[in-house]
Amino acid sequence: MSSDQDQLKETDTEARFEFKKEEKSAFEAEKGLTEETIRVISEDKDEPEWMLERRLRALRQFQEMPMPTDWPGQPDLSEVEIDEIVPYIRPDIDTRGGVDDWEDLPDEIQDTFDKLGIPEAEKNALSGVGAQYESEIVYQNMQERWEEKGVIFCDMDRAVQEHEEKVKEYFMTKAVPPSDNKFAALHGAIWSGGSFVYIPEDTTVNMPVQAYFRMNSDGMGQFEHTLIIAEENSEVHYIEGCSAPKYSEFNLHSGGVEVFVGEGAHVQYSTVQNWSKNTYNLNTKRAIAEKDATMEWVSGSMGSKATMLYPSTILKGPGATDNHITIAMAGEGQDIDTGAKVYHNAPNTKSTIESKSIAKDGGRTNYRGLVHISDGAEDSSTSVECDALMFDNESTSDTMPYMEIEESKVDVAHEATVGKIGDEDVFYLQSRGLDDDDAKQMIVAGFIEPITEELPIEYAVELNRLIELEMEGSLG
Amino acid sequence: MATLELKNLHAEVAEEGGETILRGVDLEVSSGEIHALMGPNGSGKSTTAKIIAGHPAYEVTEGEVLIHLGADEFGEDFDIPEEKRTWDLLDLEPNERAALGVFLAFQYPAEIEGVTMVNFLRTALNAKLEEREELFEDEDEEAEAEAEATNEDAAGYESSPMEGPADEGEVGVAEFQELLAEKMEQLDMDERFAQRYLNAGFSGGEKKQNEVLQAAILEPSVAVLDEIDSGLDIDRLQDVSRGINALRDETGTGILQITHYQRILDYVEPDHVHIMLDGQVVKSGGPELAEQLEDEGYDWIREEAFEAA
Repeated sequence: MSSDQDQLKETDTEARFEFKKEEKSAFEAEKGLTEETIRVISEDKDEPEWMLERRLRALRQFQEMPMPTDWPGQPDLSEVEIDEIVPYIRPDIDTRGGVDDWEDLPDEIQDTFDKLGIPEAEKNALSGVGAQYESEIVYQNMQERWEEKGVIFCDMDRAVQEHEEKVKEYFMTKAVPPSDNKFAALHGAIWSGGSFVYIPEDTTVNMPVQAYFRMNSDGMGQFEHTLIIAEENSEVHYIEGCSAPKYSEFNLHSGGVEVFVGEGAHVQYSTVQNWSKNTYNLNTKRAIAEKDATMEWVSGSMGSKATMLYPSTILKGPGATDNHITIAMAGEGQDIDTGAKVYHNAPNTKSTIESKSIAKDGGRTNYRGLVHISDGAEDSSTSVECDALMFDNESTSDTMPYMEIEESKVDVAHEATVGKIGDEDVFYLQSRGLDDDDAKQMIVAGFIEPITEELPIEYAVELNRLIELEMEGSLG
Repeated sequence: MATLELKNLHAEVAEEGGETILRGVDLEVSSGEIHALMGPNGSGKSTTAKIIAGHPAYEVTEGEVLIHLGADEFGEDFDIPEEKRTWDLLDLEPNERAALGVFLAFQYPAEIEGVTMVNFLRTALNAKLEEREELFEDEDEEAEAEAEATNEDAAGYESSPMEGPADEGEVGVAEFQELLAEKMEQLDMDERFAQRYLNAGFSGGEKKQNEVLQAAILEPSVAVLDEIDSGLDIDRLQDVSRGINALRDETGTGILQITHYQRILDYVEPDHVHIMLDGQVVKSGGPELAEQLEDEGYDWIREEAFEAA
């Protein structure tokens, strides 16, 4: 792949690299969230006035909304102290726009990415990697031929500058307005980084577009925003991986994802997340699917202290389809509350939700889902399947599949299983030569196989590897 | 040459006040021999099988389960030193027992979703071979091997999780697929089985066939077959029997066959027949003993045993 790498060096961020080079010291916002902080962030990014206005409006909404506490069985958020978070920290490198070569990344970052197999993914011809170190994109890579087709894949901050009209139209206006929930409002105020993906009509991006996010210092939040616009009859698979090592202080991650799936278009959004065990992972992700469009969410939620994540799809046009595949794993002290939301707002719409969760060492997983079928969405169908696997009697797993069905001419199916990992199953595998740990790992790998099957091989491997590490207890 | 030896084995259910099930079982099964273990329900046959394999639900209160290995039991290149030729299986984990050549064909094999046969079997074979190396290496080597294993772990999977790690383990993917195809052919199994999930949705007969296939791949020194004949139609009974005979003839595996019925013994002829009653082997003999049971039931043995006591 060296020829690609050479190509990449010439594209993209060279100019910005030069321009920002003199700014050596990293900018660090002061602790505490005030209008002043927002203005400083926006000014530092050199944002247009409208974006500052949106941030300030979101901040006001955030300040007015109470902390959500009234969901049955929701994770405890009382320790989320937003004022303690320094929301915006630049990477400790002397560029703003990023680097084009792995060699230019600090060793420590290279190491972490190496361990997680990113360079391998690169070698194996995946199309583009945007690696976010702290709040900034430090590595951007995109193939030229996409640019020729009009495909845009860049970091969100740059999109605000270079694709202003599109961003202005779609950014937190239609799918995820700041008023959606307190953390969406927070996100709207202090978002930073993330990816912007634009696929023109009739265009298929046949290699997955991928980005990689992580947090890397105490007391910092991560609020990346991903905006994907797939025009009519286009097709794209976007993959986002998140991973973070262990920290001593708490962290908050509150990302936002908005996906617009045009008529007949097909978008798959896959994510493997592995937040450190002190992170509160509170995200808002939503897609709007037009006529005959297909939206697919594939999520692997690992790590974090508490996660609340319910990717949702609004099936707006007739014949639109949604597929959700989610996996969650909770260990000691973790509360992973994930699920899916689907709104069937047109006839002939279809959704399938498949959720798998694993709880061990006293961890808790909860599937919380909502399927809403509006009056008039006739001949729609939905199928929800949740399976939970527990390692021991100390762990818990709950299922809360809400259904709001206003239309009578629909097909609704729901199935849930909760089970403990079987001693007999473990013994069976052991009797064939696998040790106790390997036997359990094999059972878990099999349990989540429907997920890994959906992922490109490098990500499937990584997910399995993360779970393996998790089970060995070697991740913090 | 290997011998599995049960000496005065007493066992109970592993819980407080657990029921006593075995009351002094003595048995010896050597390479190349076929033994049938028969007896009425609840006499302790399956418990014996599970204890040999190391099932955690039972506690041995007295007696020993030993395996004696000849110097070349694991091949001419694998020399077993004098002091490591006899092992007390009761000190070992189930996977270590497997590494020493013990195999149990389950009466009710587990169904493992999402794990393909080919992945499972290759992983098991390599795990067994690796464990065997560890059991037989001396202590200096052990420390070295541990350091090495840590490095391997850090490298992680490099190939498809469907197939398992490509470069890990003694038997590679290509080599294994060849081996698997050959063994499946012997058992008249459809090659598509290799990609199916382990026992998931298998019919009763397919599961039993699969147990024999696993034995054929893992090449045990001694295989305990717990009611391998239950739920088999006549065609499959013949396939399975052919597999068991091949195991004995080609691998030299010693067979301990637990069964209620004479039927399978017509195809897999035992050299020795043992009768279990109330947690003990009360009578042993040749194949004619099984025939006699088929005709007369267990009552006469019960009386004989009662008189002897």
